[in-house]
Amino acid sequence: MKIIVCIKQVPDPQASSTGTTVDSEAKKVIMPQGTPPVMNPYDENALEAALKIKDLQGATVTVISAGKNLAKPVLRKAIASGADDLILLDDPAFDKLDSYATAHLLAAAIQQVGEYDLILCGRQAADTDAGQVGSGIAEILKLPGVTAACKVEPVDGKLAIERVVSDGIEEVEAPIPAVITVSSEIGELRYPGVKEIMAAQRVPITVRKAQDLEIDISQLKKPSLVNLAAPLGRTAECQYIECETPEEAGTDLAIKVRKAQLL
Amino acid sequence: MAEYKGVLTYCEIIEGSLPSITYEVLGCGRKLADGLGQELYAVLVGSEVGDLAQEVISCGADKVYVIDDQLLKAYQTDAYVSVMEKLVKQVMPQILILGQTSVGRDMAPMLAFRLDTMATLDCVELAIDSDTKLLLQTKPVYGGNALATYTCDSYPQIATVRDKVMSPSGPDSSKQGEIIAIDAGLDPSAIRTKLLNKVKDEGEGIRLEEAQVIVSGGRGIGGAEGFGQLQELAAVVKGAVGASRPPCDNRWIAPSRQVGITGKIVSPEVYIAIGLSGSIQHLSGCGQAKSIIAINKDPEASIFKYADFGVVGDWKKVLPAFTAKLKELLPE
Repeated sequence: MKIIVCIKQVPDPQASSTGTTVDSEAKKVIMPQGTPPVMNPYDENALEAALKIKDLQGATVTVISAGKNLAKPVLRKAIASGADDLILLDDPAFDKLDSYATAHLLAAAIQQVGEYDLILCGRQAADTDAGQVGSGIAEILKLPGVTAACKVEPVDGKLAIERVVSDGIEEVEAPIPAVITVSSEIGELRYPGVKEIMAAQRVPITVRKAQDLEIDISQLKKPSLVNLAAPLGRTAECQYIECETPEEAGTDLAIKVRKAQLL
Repeated sequence: MAEYKGVLTYCEIIEGSLPSITYEVLGCGRKLADGLGQELYAVLVGSEVGDLAQEVISCGADKVYVIDDQLLKAYQTDAYVSVMEKLVKQVMPQILILGQTSVGRDMAPMLAFRLDTMATLDCVELAIDSDTKLLLQTKPVYGGNALATYTCDSYPQIATVRDKVMSPSGPDSSKQGEIIAIDAGLDPSAIRTKLLNKVKDEGEGIRLEEAQVIVSGGRGIGGAEGFGQLQELAAVVKGAVGASRPPCDNRWIAPSRQVGITGKIVSPEVYIAIGLSGSIQHLSGCGQAKSIIAINKDPEASIFKYADFGVVGDWKKVLPAFTAKLKELLPE
């Protein structure tokens, strides 16, 4: 089975809890200093979905990532975890692409790869939170698309999929080939061992530029970002309950909360 | 050349009736239509759903399109995208709004690419730009660390709206409107994916979206058994149990219990966060709670920045005492 996984490089979303700032002038979100680039968490889940299939029935897994000045060591981790090939679409023209351009760019790269049975993407990116590229690739390549999958299994020449919906799980069947976006419930990406990390260093990475793809990115722009602002955060003055023991704190919390008529 | 006109709202139907998000979508749609000086359209897609048209009219729609077909009984991407594509090409609205629901998240992007336009998902604000008359689509980005506003210069401009943000439309039975039946015209062989089964979440009692009190657990709960204790507290306070992402990913609790950007948006009176760090992504889901109570052994946990009451301590010791005392203090 030939599987393609699309992975986006993003600033580590875990870093954002310690406070980001918004530069409205430049329309940029400034992450805390030292925030490393990582593989988008949902895309890691997509890679894990591919590797689970590879474990069970064998597959070649090709990872594609698009951006500007991509961090090779970060994306090479995909190979260390078990992917076979890595294609980087790295060009200044690929900086901060919107979902429309990204979907067209990745679709063009996928068409260059030529053969595939399954295309996997994360359900949304941790920076833009747009949630559209997977569906876009499906539409552009005229393939069926299934979103928010928590299980993907090739069975009898078809794909048996479970997907997360607001009130439960749906069991869906899709033909091969198809595009599936993956949710975190599918499982965390496995940690590579030292041997795998070392072996991954020797795997050649393919780098493609805009001209290699015969795609005019400048023509592919749909939404315009007209404003970026800080959110109206929630602030509160926390009343801390401090007691000798945690049990006493629990009791006291109940009394105070009841007194404040919260419960 | 024909002109794009009007605001079209996708009126989602759940088990034969209109959920609250549909009223919010209609309320938002009506405001935008008035802002543009144009008509509000609505579409009902499903099987045997015609009865709901009158309710939609009472919520302000000037025209309700009803696409009724056995093949549309349950949501399936290909079938729904296909009928919506057909409708949009016929009606040619300037704006199409849907709810940010499982259906909206799945359908809007696919439909946007099908129509070669763009969608913006999870909008918390929609407005008409006074100069360009374009739709200003504002949504949280970076997990909620910033608010980005987009415009799109292709029609229709498509947006999904976040739950519990837009003011719902109040039904007014004196309102008049037109009901138009549209033939689905579906080719069953063009529906490529098959919905085999739906396994509904076992959750008994109060739904998270409606709960006035939510007891929510994070990574600190450590396993499925821990959630049993949260369930006990929920029973005492007559609330529902929720969770952040890690417990759902680890299957300690059903994924449908997740509160957050990819989960549910809740706005209870009280949100009790236990062993939960309070990431921005999670806050997007629970930040509208009137009061937040936090129990976490990490004094640096972000949740304390947003909580009204906090205990820094091991929830395994704090919670039983908290539950027991509440049981004593609360009326039956």
